[in-house]
Amino acid sequence: MALTVPAIMKTTAARLSALYLLLFAICAVLLVFYMTSLSARMLTAQTQETINEEVADLARSYQRGGLPFLVRTMERRSRAPGANLYMIADPNGEVLAGNVQSIEPGVIAREGWTEIPFSYERYGESTGGEQAQGANDAGKTSGQASPQIRRNKGHDAIALVVRLPNQMILLVGRDLGEPERFRSVVRRALTLTLGMMGLGALLIWFLVGRTALKRIDNVSEASRRIMGGDLTGRLPVTGAGDEFDRLSENLNAMLARIATLNEGLKQVSDNIAHDLKTPLTRLRNRAEAVLSGKHSAADYKAALEGTIAESDQLIKTFNAILMISRLEAGYSSENTTQVDLAATVRDVVELYEPVAEEAGVTLEANVTGPYLIEGNRELIGQALSNIVDNAIKYSTDATVKPAVKVSLEHIAGKINLVVADNGQGIPDDADRARVTERFVRLEKSRSQPGSGLGLSLAKAIMKFHKGTLDLQPADPGLCVVMSFPEREAAQGRNG
Amino acid sequence: MSAATASEIAYNGSMKILVIEDDREAADYLEKAFTEAGHTAHVAGDGETGFALADSGDYDVMVVDRMLPRRDGLSVIAALRSRGNTTPVLILSALGEVDDRVTGLRAGGDDYLTKPYAFSELLARVEVLNRRAGVKESETVYRSGDLELDRLSHSVKRAGKEIVLQPREFRLLEYLMRHAGQVVTRTMLLENVWDYHFDPQTNVIDVHVSRLRGKIEKGFEKPILHTIRGAGYMLKSG
Repeated sequence: MALTVPAIMKTTAARLSALYLLLFAICAVLLVFYMTSLSARMLTAQTQETINEEVADLARSYQRGGLPFLVRTMERRSRAPGANLYMIADPNGEVLAGNVQSIEPGVIAREGWTEIPFSYERYGESTGGEQAQGANDAGKTSGQASPQIRRNKGHDAIALVVRLPNQMILLVGRDLGEPERFRSVVRRALTLTLGMMGLGALLIWFLVGRTALKRIDNVSEASRRIMGGDLTGRLPVTGAGDEFDRLSENLNAMLARIATLNEGLKQVSDNIAHDLKTPLTRLRNRAEAVLSGKHSAADYKAALEGTIAESDQLIKTFNAILMISRLEAGYSSENTTQVDLAATVRDVVELYEPVAEEAGVTLEANVTGPYLIEGNRELIGQALSNIVDNAIKYSTDATVKPAVKVSLEHIAGKINLVVADNGQGIPDDADRARVTERFVRLEKSRSQPGSGLGLSLAKAIMKFHKGTLDLQPADPGLCVVMSFPEREAAQGRNG
Repeated sequence: MSAATASEIAYNGSMKILVIEDDREAADYLEKAFTEAGHTAHVAGDGETGFALADSGDYDVMVVDRMLPRRDGLSVIAALRSRGNTTPVLILSALGEVDDRVTGLRAGGDDYLTKPYAFSELLARVEVLNRRAGVKESETVYRSGDLELDRLSHSVKRAGKEIVLQPREFRLLEYLMRHAGQVVTRTMLLENVWDYHFDPQTNVIDVHVSRLRGKIEKGFEKPILHTIRGAGYMLKSG
């Protein structure tokens, strides 16, 4: 067994089991004492009842035939197996008849029930050689017990002492051996049972502790493996659906989330490498080209201005990438407030209206009344302007008069902000799904200015608002749906 | 349409600027660029030195980096504010999230600019922060040459002739006139007129400005709303 006891004692299960075992043991000991004392008391009560009946019987014999009849009855009864103790003594304590050979001193001095069990010896039993000798000498034996009796203890009994009308003393008693035996049997049985239960508890505790320990060790082992670099590794789930499984499942969900973020990070760095390298190289080449050879001051100036313009574009792209990454990395904000989507739509449409007009696009907003959500006005405004910007750009190749329509609607617990254009749209389903990814620019849009990040950012912003961004085909054109959860659902954010 | 680059503009007020920035190269560049623009710039390389300088010197504007050695930028600003120093502060930061800007402004900053930035943008913002320049916020009528804007009656006149503007155009002109003679960038306009802090993808602001320009310049001899290439716009008469 690989487990050492201290290791087991370190588990919570083992500590709890030990505590339970202790409580169980205390209860068990109390139970044993209670049971034995209860049964002893019951037996004593039964014995006393028997003795009472016996005495009443003997009293009747005495009334019928006087002392000789009483003695005869007594002697007859004495011979029966397992008989009671009988003794008749004169007022001075001298034993006249009965089956008791010797008795503890002072027992017959008081009438009524003996208070505590006393020692006695019967005829025909010997606890030593001297005793056997004395057995033949019954009549002469004194009621005063010899010191030897005390030493050998004899048997314990309880008795009822009655004074007969002629001042004779009658003692009827019963040996306590039977209740004592019974008591010891009960005690032994209980002790045995408790011992077995304790043993069982120890075994269960050990097994449970070991199982728990093993499963925790498995989890630790798996996490060590994952930390060691195997990021695709997952913690074992047994399918039992217990606490361990729930813990493992949650940890696995966490790992999956980390993997997603990691993947995102990797993608971002790949994209940065790819998409920033190109303009950076262009930038460098331009500077180099101007440096080599002779140029006029105006040429230098133009080159520098071009460099600055290109750097500015790079900075914009870089900021957009950073923002998307942060939003996707679970950017948590206390900076959400109540936002009226209708007002945001009006703002953005108003902002883009001159641009649309210049491009010959009809831009109109069809919104009434407030549509309140919990969110970040800045971010929503930015997402919407990216989408409106796109819509204006790509509606211009419409065969009819290009138009962009922005509307708000309340559908099934959601508030949908819809931007629809009547351009050529994105007919291909795969393209439509792809276009919200970072840096994805469809072939025909390459000629248009833009970084390919506008929709990715909008998507990240929608995710931040626990909403979705869907691109649906319209006939003609494209329909971009920003779907926000209703305010009740999002209220938790602000407490 | 007249065009000029930022450095060609003769700024009317020279400012004393404190730059608290730990990146030596960036600080030197800022010092040089501010000096070229006609201002005096002092540089502090860490938060403690910056605080001491700001506390003793009489600066018109401070440019404070958020992440500084010895004492971070926000705590420097908060300490200065608690000592009653009201010098306008522009916070420079590599952190660019909405929350960062909010915490920066809450700590007592007056403006926030994310790195990397264009110097023309920084210069324009610093000049606008200077309270000694521009028109007082409390004035009800802004005047620039023959152009007149009444903030109470919401009316605009040029050479006595009434010009009708849309509400947003009015706010745009109001902002430009309050900072007449100063360069105003596109992002500053988007922030102050539309209350959005993102970078507009296309030339939305340019189109708004050119519309406004059409209304206030058409039929008048002199241009008044100038485009400053590589920087933004400036309203200036004469």
